[in-house]
Amino acid sequence: MAYQKRRRWFQIGSALGFNSYLPAWLKGQIFQGSIKGACIPVLNCYSCPSAIGACPIGSLQNSLGSIRFNLSVAQHQFGLYVLGILGVVGSLIGRIPCGWLCPFGFIQELFYKISTPKLQIPKFLSYFRYVVLALMVILLPLLIVDEFGYGETWFCKWICPAGTLEAGIPLVALNSGIRGQIGFMFSWKMGILVLFIAWMIFSQRPFCRTTCPLGAIFGLFNKASLFQMVVDDEKCIECNKCYRDCPVKVKVYETPNSADCIRCLKCIESCLYGAVNYEFLRKKPLPAPAEK
Amino acid sequence: MRRKLPVILFVASLILIVVGIRLGEFKAALEKAITICLNCIGIG
Repeated sequence: MAYQKRRRWFQIGSALGFNSYLPAWLKGQIFQGSIKGACIPVLNCYSCPSAIGACPIGSLQNSLGSIRFNLSVAQHQFGLYVLGILGVVGSLIGRIPCGWLCPFGFIQELFYKISTPKLQIPKFLSYFRYVVLALMVILLPLLIVDEFGYGETWFCKWICPAGTLEAGIPLVALNSGIRGQIGFMFSWKMGILVLFIAWMIFSQRPFCRTTCPLGAIFGLFNKASLFQMVVDDEKCIECNKCYRDCPVKVKVYETPNSADCIRCLKCIESCLYGAVNYEFLRKKPLPAPAEK
Repeated sequence: MRRKLPVILFVASLILIVVGIRLGEFKAALEKAITICLNCIGIG
């Protein structure tokens, strides 16, 4: 349990830390400090009143959506900064932010604790997150632009339940000017949020596994990051305990660095034979503290 | 090559960050982040 307890504290700390500007709640506004240009490595809407950093997926869509306008005014901005942030995080640690830092991932784990019959998620649905990434985050903002040459943030507008939960609901509740403008889109997004919340109760991490474009990006780095999961084939007897305990249902002994893996390290604690471990910079960690 | 790939990606990403900041992309990201995103909250 050592990793899971530690992970829970990381999740609580990052949820509070990435959303630490509390005075915004009194004003019904959002934080506007200069550090907000820094992309944080999790799906955390920058329109959350207390968010102190920028959502990388929102920033990526804005960057791609502005390319055609920028080129028309001879400005050479292509989203390199956001892509660089994603690359630095991904190449270092892959999908660790999903398992240890993301507030929306944390919320999904909390809802799953509600005692109900549980449902498995079909494997083929895990490929949908790449469709969301390619279509809603990259292609549509690039290709469909308004009369000024600006593209929209399609994922934010039509899907992102994190934005609805962290930003939409608080701002509508706190800001009467915004509250007066709600209409069909707000109802649509609330419907998406309610569907995902219901799914979170019955299945583990459904948004992460099927829809999250940020998880899709970081997952691509899992095989090519300095942090690597490793399996000792001499110790592993393929008993499948890691698979049964895995929140995203990865057969760790087959694909230890699967793009689905959120690197929660539950498999390390789950394995009865000590066959699963991790390396960072090709160095193995000290043995995990014994459970008290 | 496979062992060096993470390092290559890391260095390339750092270069992208530096180039992006020099092109003014941090300021552009900041301008968007400090403006209430009506799309994100279901108003736009």
